[in-house]
Amino acid sequence: MSDSKDLLRAPFELAYNYKRSNGPVMSQFFDALGEQKILGTKSSTGKVFSPAAEFDPDTHESLNDLVEVGPGGSVESFSWIEAPQNHHLIKEPFAFALIKLDGADSSMLHMIADCNEADLSIGTRVTAAWSETTTKRITDIKFFTLEK
Amino acid sequence: MKRVAIVGYAQHPILKNAGALNEVELIMPVVHQLFNDLGISQQDIDFTCSGSCDYLQGAAFAFVEGLSAIQTNPPIKESHVEMDAAWAMYESMLKIQMGDAETALIYGFGKSSPGDLDAIISLQMDPYYISPLWPDRVSLAALQARVLLDQNVITSEQMLASVIEARANSKNNKNALITDLIDESVYLKNAMVSSPLNKLDCPPISDGSSAMIIASEEKAYEFTDHPIWIEGIDHRIESSNLGSRNLATSNTLQASMNQLNLKNIKFDVAELHTQFSHELPFLKSLLNLQDVPTNLSGGPLVGNVMMCAGLDAIGKTYESLKDNQFTHGLAHATSGPCLQHNMLVHLEAQK
Repeated sequence: MSDSKDLLRAPFELAYNYKRSNGPVMSQFFDALGEQKILGTKSSTGKVFSPAAEFDPDTHESLNDLVEVGPGGSVESFSWIEAPQNHHLIKEPFAFALIKLDGADSSMLHMIADCNEADLSIGTRVTAAWSETTTKRITDIKFFTLEK
Repeated sequence: MKRVAIVGYAQHPILKNAGALNEVELIMPVVHQLFNDLGISQQDIDFTCSGSCDYLQGAAFAFVEGLSAIQTNPPIKESHVEMDAAWAMYESMLKIQMGDAETALIYGFGKSSPGDLDAIISLQMDPYYISPLWPDRVSLAALQARVLLDQNVITSEQMLASVIEARANSKNNKNALITDLIDESVYLKNAMVSSPLNKLDCPPISDGSSAMIIASEEKAYEFTDHPIWIEGIDHRIESSNLGSRNLATSNTLQASMNQLNLKNIKFDVAELHTQFSHELPFLKSLLNLQDVPTNLSGGPLVGNVMMCAGLDAIGKTYESLKDNQFTHGLAHATSGPCLQHNMLVHLEAQK
């Protein structure tokens, strides 16, 4: 009989260990988030996508004309979570929402916090609240709050 | 187009928690049931294609393990889609159209019980703008539900009716997971998971598998006297940019309907891959199915095996046509958030 210390062992890490490049368009979007600015991309038809899209899903053209939008916007739809799950970033009741930023024609998926469900409806005005530290990720916008 | 028919379909009882039964043990019974019913073996299959999700098993190329459920020696022609097995059927259709195969075995499997499905589905989203926010699948569906309610495309009464009818219809499916009937008071007492969706508006966490065999016209009659023909099939996907989609309609589904010329077909039955209660009245309206018996199997609200429920919609439509005096059936499969990617399949019984 061999001791367990004689058994062959190999480490196994179950992880989401990919590295991704942000590419030329999204890099500009994330760099701007680090400066608390939100960008969108403008198509030849004048339509503005924010978060910055790399292509227009209707015309299929590449997009690289970046314009500043927000930080205010209006709620296009929302789902209210009274009991957040373990993986959610906000531990108090909050909403996931589609928010059409001022100057944009498409909506951004993000979260709305520091309010009650009854405060929200389609069309409610909200504005970005920024994270204390920036990592040039979408979470640099901490969440959206009701516009004062 | 070569004519292709469904000649067999089998579904594992949908389980709340398959426990120690692994994926191979879930797949084997349905594949062998099909082989036994048709009196054939793996040697009679030219092409095998499966649908599953490695994220559910938590390992890369986990689907390869599923192949242990079938005989792969002598070597077989095989493929896999990281999608619902409805798309494995689509790939198999193409294989037959190309002349590379006359028969195909399709199977799908999923065990959602071991992990946290909401978290896992979040990881499958756009890794730049969406995944880092960890949106759960119910909250994403709820965004569409609210748009549909707000624009009066559907009503909350229709959502309630979807839930009540799904449970009433579960008696037609011996494999259904949820079979207890409920009334309005029970529905209203359920807590919101993500408003406007409560627990009963959502499908149950489910484990299971299904398998199907399709064959070319030449081969189909060797398997059965009553093949069910795949008269039309079309699938289209909308933008991965969720915020640029109009969630109150589906332009891609309308394009598929035109492609299949659906408005000139009088359907006898339909099975829709509607995982949330609001999706049923939405799609019934969009697909002009108001007067068509829909989801007689109960649909995903009474059992929703990930990577399988779309194939099940096709399989249940096949069963309805085979077992009744029906002629035309419509099946729908979907993938992605808020009905992003949809497949329509027009099935026709031999007259």
